[in-house]
Amino acid sequence: MEYHELIVIGGGPAGLAAAESAYEQGVRDILLLERDVRLGGILNQCIHNGFGLHTFHEELTGPEYAARFEKKILDHTISYKLNCIVADINAQREVTYINEEEGTVTVKAGAVILAMGCRERPRGALNLPGYRPAGIFTAGTAQRLMNIEGYMVGKEVVILGSGDIGLIMARRMTLEGANVKVVAELMPYSGGLKRNIVQCLNDYDIPLKLSHTVVKIHGKDRVTGITLAEVGPDRRPVPGSEEYYSCDTLLLSCGLIPENELSKSAGITLSRITNGPEVSDNLETSVPGIFACGNVLHVHDLVDFVSEEAARAGANAADFIRRGNTRSRDKAIAIKASGGVRYTVPQTLDPAQMADEVVVRFRVSDVYQNKRLNVYYDNELVHSAKKRIVAPGEMEQVVLKKESFRDKHVSEIRIQLEEAGKGEA
Amino acid sequence: MEYDVDVTIIGAGVTGAAIARELSKYELRVMVLEKEEDVCSGTSKANSAIVHAGYDAMPGTWKAKMNVLGAKRIRELSKTLDFPYLQNGSMVVSFSPEDHEKLEALLERGRENGVEGLEILSGEQARALEPALGSNVAEALLVPTGGIVCPFQLTLALAENAAENGVVFRFLTKVTKIDKDVEGFLLHTEVTDSNGTITKRNIKTHYVVNAAGVYADQLHNDVSGEAHKITLVPRRGEYVLMDKEAGTLVKHTIFQLPTELGKGVLVTPTVHGNLLVGPNAVDLSDKTDTGTTPEGIDDIKKRALLSVPEIPYALTITSFSGLRAHELQDDFILSECPDAPGFFDAAGIESPGLSSAPAIGEYITSLLVKKADCPKKKEFKAERKGFIEVSKLPMEKRNELIKKNPKYGVIVCRCENVSEGEILDAIHRPLGAVSLDGIKRRVRQGMGRCQAGFCTPRTMEILSKELHIPMEAVTKNRPGSEIIKG
Amino acid sequence: MEKRELTCIQCPMGCALSVTIDENKIEVTGNSCPRGAKYGAKEVTDPTRIVTSTVPVHHGEISRVSVKTEKDIPKDRIFAVMDEIRDVTVDAPIHIGDVVLSNVAGTGVNIVATKDVAGIIPEQNL
Repeated sequence: MEYHELIVIGGGPAGLAAAESAYEQGVRDILLLERDVRLGGILNQCIHNGFGLHTFHEELTGPEYAARFEKKILDHTISYKLNCIVADINAQREVTYINEEEGTVTVKAGAVILAMGCRERPRGALNLPGYRPAGIFTAGTAQRLMNIEGYMVGKEVVILGSGDIGLIMARRMTLEGANVKVVAELMPYSGGLKRNIVQCLNDYDIPLKLSHTVVKIHGKDRVTGITLAEVGPDRRPVPGSEEYYSCDTLLLSCGLIPENELSKSAGITLSRITNGPEVSDNLETSVPGIFACGNVLHVHDLVDFVSEEAARAGANAADFIRRGNTRSRDKAIAIKASGGVRYTVPQTLDPAQMADEVVVRFRVSDVYQNKRLNVYYDNELVHSAKKRIVAPGEMEQVVLKKESFRDKHVSEIRIQLEEAGKGEA
Repeated sequence: MEYDVDVTIIGAGVTGAAIARELSKYELRVMVLEKEEDVCSGTSKANSAIVHAGYDAMPGTWKAKMNVLGAKRIRELSKTLDFPYLQNGSMVVSFSPEDHEKLEALLERGRENGVEGLEILSGEQARALEPALGSNVAEALLVPTGGIVCPFQLTLALAENAAENGVVFRFLTKVTKIDKDVEGFLLHTEVTDSNGTITKRNIKTHYVVNAAGVYADQLHNDVSGEAHKITLVPRRGEYVLMDKEAGTLVKHTIFQLPTELGKGVLVTPTVHGNLLVGPNAVDLSDKTDTGTTPEGIDDIKKRALLSVPEIPYALTITSFSGLRAHELQDDFILSECPDAPGFFDAAGIESPGLSSAPAIGEYITSLLVKKADCPKKKEFKAERKGFIEVSKLPMEKRNELIKKNPKYGVIVCRCENVSEGEILDAIHRPLGAVSLDGIKRRVRQGMGRCQAGFCTPRTMEILSKELHIPMEAVTKNRPGSEIIKG
Repeated sequence: MEKRELTCIQCPMGCALSVTIDENKIEVTGNSCPRGAKYGAKEVTDPTRIVTSTVPVHHGEISRVSVKTEKDIPKDRIFAVMDEIRDVTVDAPIHIGDVVLSNVAGTGVNIVATKDVAGIIPEQNL
């Protein structure tokens, strides 16, 4: 069986940054597997700007951002395969892929980095009532048809869900001459970034209806209209609040789900909240030598954070390749998310083996104002920061330092939002 | 007078396809007219996909007679026609010891209908076989001969084989009116082309077989007088389909013994490995209303939990509904129309219609052949090879295939692992796919958890290229359902 | 005197800004930090945006290339810019930064490619 020191699965932003980082750390035998016809992943269809402010300190479009990382891969002559689907991974780090030239091939890896990204939640999972005509697209599918293939998907559009791709597509379709009538959001807050609401909706006078959902899809062959209704606190439609919109297209932007079929086949423990693998402070999954980063780990808002996280995964995988499976796994401390914090990534941390600094990223479960974000080591408050506003649509982070654990025996790390006043010195 | 064909079958659902295949064994010119763009586009495509063993129908009814024989035929045909079928067995569960007599009655009825191997299990015995059953399950009737099938693959297998044996299929052809003629019938039809333009065309036929699903009453009443009118009520059933991850929750098809709360809903694995829950039964007046309702879906989800309390609804990938052609006498109508000789009805085909289809095919054919007095063909090709499923092949076989045709190594649908080669097969086989839904039903491209989000653009390109149509003309199903609207 | 209500996009706070314009004086209220004041003033005096789209490519490995305005353009010129982009086609090969249309809609700003597209030799010439 062919052997590679490192196999990276996925050639989007996470995979590219992970491979590049592992190379920088001295790994030379790297194989990157990409399913599409070119590297760059979803960035190829994200033609809008706003990428790279953190990484490059300038505002780039998706393809430009991807090209910077691709260039590094090409410069280092890191080998990659396109049009290559990974069919299976097992806990022995054997990766089976399939492509046109080679058929089905199994290769063995010293370490594996999972960077498969995420997928969109489809209509079926949303349980939208009514017919199943043509003209219903997830926002990302419509984005691909428009930006890669160059086809307009519709003229009169209703969008359900205020995720970032939906907001971006509202603007994109408007610019191409479509009439985007309304964006409806089930929750009382938007799942997208504020700047997208302003620049994609407000700029074009597209109304955003919070606490609204689709209660009926009309049209048997092609969509002819949508009925929206307001939802109450129980998120059920309020009778009498129905409103009909005539349209030929319904775009869905109702959440992203980590693409974890391969993680499952490898027997990796998944988080019930993120739907991605549970990882320790070095981004290693429950299976030794398999690391995860980017949207397959948890869904990010900003690609810059994906790249940063992936670079850490790459460096940690390089460390694993260098030192072998020597890390002990029995002294990891659980990081507990509580009081409005929905989850954390990583989920565990080992003070003895951690890097000098570990970034813990998390999301909150609701919009909260004037809270404090407090970090406890058991019952000791070790970090407290004022948060004027936190929202589910914007990922938060806190940095834990290795030195903060010196001479301490911590059995649980707890990250929680609390009323202002609590935890303040 | 010149007749275009000997027999015209109206409807290319499972019933029409089964009759077409049987008739293709004889020296007859047979044509099938279907108003949609593909086979299996009405009642046949949206149902429980169960091959019922035959214990349910009242002895002596057409349903009872056809079901037991049909189920046996499906088992045999799954080999000769190579489509997915699994005899997974079924259970009818009761929730109170007082219902023991009802289970006994069901067992007796089954025996009378000729169903083999029936047995009543205690709650413990049932749970030992099916650990996901609730602790409230008191007893269960075990039905070892119950099975599951892919309704589309079954219909397509019958239709493809019929086509190979000379039956002509005409799609997007709707029969609007039937006139009696001296030696047969004049069918008025409307043919829709890919631009949606309708052309009227007449077809002269000696015999008509009415297998038009929920529309069979309209056709019948066109040729039949007041005394013999029939009425079909479209009875909607809604379903929820879950990801393959949930597909192993139960092995058997779990029916509920009807209670005062209603007929009960079933929980079953599908032959493709998903988990299916449904249906309810709502009588409608609109024969096209296949929409789902929030109340209906909520209702079946809740009622299914009675027998299997921990169904992972979070893994739902889609919901859908189908219409059954419910006949007021609650039985199939399988006969030559008394006041329109040469017009044969296969009407009111609701559950267990799928299970009965091959038997209905044999019976209607026997009536028609006797009347037409025609001989069997000398050469009938009884076998048909099914679709290649690349992902199910062992690695060596798979590599051999990819070496021969590299397109089998280009995966288009990642959820179901469907290759470009398989999509090309779906388009180029007899009665090939002409729409995205047609490809989906043949090779399951887009049937997985992403529901075609990723592969739609690629599949559209393939369809456009192979059918020599612009991307703008690629449809989800019939003309009017174009994907791109620029 | 004119008054405008805006949402600040400088950070997730999304402060509701009130901007009053009185002859030469601009006053921003509702902001929590200096960045908000700056944003509010610019939005009412000189709102600008980057516009991105795609144009068809001939003889390329892919059929479309993504493009953008090299710099931001006045917000009220967005649709004029789109109208001109819609008429552009380019030939492969094309590189990031290549100008595909200069001085779009008289804004003095160029439209540039944001993706590399390699050329292919048409099949009939092989």
